[in-house]
Amino acid sequence: MEPSPPQDLTGMASIVTGLDSRAVASRAAASPVTQDSRWVRWTLTSLALLFLAFFLVLPLIAVFAEALREGVRAYFAALVEPDALSAIRLTLLTAAIAVPANVVFGVAAAWAITKFSFRGKSILITLIDLPFAVSPVISGLIYVLVFGLQGWMGQFLNAEHPWFPWLQTWLYDLDLRIIFAVPGIVLATTFVTFPFVARELIPLMQAQGTDEEYAAITLGAGGWKTFWRVTLPNIKWGLFYGVILCNARAMGEFGAVSVVSGHIRGETNTMPLHVEILYNEYQFSAAFAVASLLTLLAMVTLVLKSFIEWRHARLRYAEA
Amino acid sequence: MSIVATQINKSFGSYSALANVSLTVPSGKLVALLGPSGSGKTTLLRIIAGLEHADPGSGRILFHGEDVTDRPAGKRRVGFVFQHYALFRHMTVFENIAFGLKVRRCRDRPRKAEITDRVRKLLKLVQLDELGGRYPTQLSGGQRQRVALARALAVEPRVLLLDEPFGALDAKVRKELRRWLRQFHEEVHLTTVFVTHDQEEALEIADEVVIMNRAQIEQVGTPQEVYDRPASPFVYQFLGNVNQVRLPIRGVDSVGELTTSADGSVAYVRPHDIDLTRFVDGVPGEPALVRSIHAAGPFARIRCMRGREDEIVEAELPRSRLCELRLSVGDAVLLRLRDSKASGEDFSI
Repeated sequence: MEPSPPQDLTGMASIVTGLDSRAVASRAAASPVTQDSRWVRWTLTSLALLFLAFFLVLPLIAVFAEALREGVRAYFAALVEPDALSAIRLTLLTAAIAVPANVVFGVAAAWAITKFSFRGKSILITLIDLPFAVSPVISGLIYVLVFGLQGWMGQFLNAEHPWFPWLQTWLYDLDLRIIFAVPGIVLATTFVTFPFVARELIPLMQAQGTDEEYAAITLGAGGWKTFWRVTLPNIKWGLFYGVILCNARAMGEFGAVSVVSGHIRGETNTMPLHVEILYNEYQFSAAFAVASLLTLLAMVTLVLKSFIEWRHARLRYAEA
Repeated sequence: MSIVATQINKSFGSYSALANVSLTVPSGKLVALLGPSGSGKTTLLRIIAGLEHADPGSGRILFHGEDVTDRPAGKRRVGFVFQHYALFRHMTVFENIAFGLKVRRCRDRPRKAEITDRVRKLLKLVQLDELGGRYPTQLSGGQRQRVALARALAVEPRVLLLDEPFGALDAKVRKELRRWLRQFHEEVHLTTVFVTHDQEEALEIADEVVIMNRAQIEQVGTPQEVYDRPASPFVYQFLGNVNQVRLPIRGVDSVGELTTSADGSVAYVRPHDIDLTRFVDGVPGEPALVRSIHAAGPFARIRCMRGREDEIVEAELPRSRLCELRLSVGDAVLLRLRDSKASGEDFSI
């Protein structure tokens, strides 16, 4: 082993002083000590590229190739077909309810957890993670068990001597269907996508601390003004990041929605469910046409995500 | 505007941060809350500001005789400067300073032109006229501190509270800024309380120093009073260097003005109150051996070993005196008290 040359030491120093990680990486690459032979580098790089091609690029191309196999006309025909349109509409509706709901829940939960101390805080944090911890199918089943005809609500509605007769009558008159209907789909989606916003905000708000809020309070700002003028501007990029991830999942959720939806064509089918039905009916190019829309959504999400990360890194660089 | 805090208790769980603390800050004075970390000084400051609340049922806070204990922080009209400035990072310097005026309710809010005018004046006051358009991340530590001060002053506070105002700055900026703060205080005469753990800082700029330790106030006095007449061994040790000399000391009949430990076995003597002479048999004084000499700066620090007691005593001599004595490590010396700190035959130890 030769002693480390000086440029390696500067690399070490920059790690110690906590400079931008990219600067460290580029200096480390310039050092002969940390460089492997040309042969090793090429092998590893091509392995990584091959892996990427097989698992990411190829499927991506396959989706669009299959979708366009029967021509552009057939592709668009598959998208404007009434059942497909209804699936798209339902997916958009679900996301339009679930995402704003989770923005409100997520911001409220993160605000409570990071800016206040109270009993049961760790339980709340654990509960937020719950939807990530359980299988989506179980998330769907929970709602079937609670709101289904054989579940608690069904038993309540059919009970001869219920606890709250007025509630029973009211629910009967309301004729509210949850399972195998849109409300169930929205509920299941909201549950499954709950952690995204909160999880994104909690570490960010923890890092920012409470000093700025306290400063705003001593300057005479009330709770709302402090939130709108100080807290929200500080978390807006993290919030946006959470929202696009939440949205991607809300539109793409399959498992939980599949359990509660009942797969009624033109009524309770979301896009992922519609893709599955078409595929099972051997309408491959129609299935891939709808799937290509979801793929596009994923790509837009990734582009937005990288944009935010790039911006964030630049801001951090400016602060350092 | 005077501040009075009476019998404040504050505990976090089983930990007591303030135990029955009472404090009076006279109107227009610059007062330092000085103490080691964990002594409760920041907690006391935050209670005065209304950012923390004292334990229920304990103590009151009065501003100029008016009870503000139950008033929220935003209504107390205090200017608070945070340790790490807590500037709003997404706002420019100008917007930061204007914040307190802009969030006022419609009828109290000054007109836009008036806000601009006031912010300009404040920027001038803290000598940052040119930097109104910058963001906090584009400023140095000292500049951020002054922005924080200007922002606190914008709401025309009745008292100014600063939490470790110079803690995060490097030594040179620290000195400049604290002199600037003193000068600034001379001009505006706003009742000001600042928290610090740096005794030099407190002694240099405060009118009055409040020394805190373990949730209680140990002593209150002018810088000279607390330095010259420390009320307790803690204050002695906290303010500057001190030797703990075991008693009895040869030639000292009574310890006189020397501060001693509770059981009277140890006396506290500052290094610059000790003088050295070369050892001469028969001359009064406490014999000792020179162990090390540290001669950087205007004063030389000489560490000596007391012969009989096996104890290190540090003396501080002007460089010229050291040259005169021509001391070197291993020399035998006699230690004496420099002034009438002890009332003995010949004031020697």
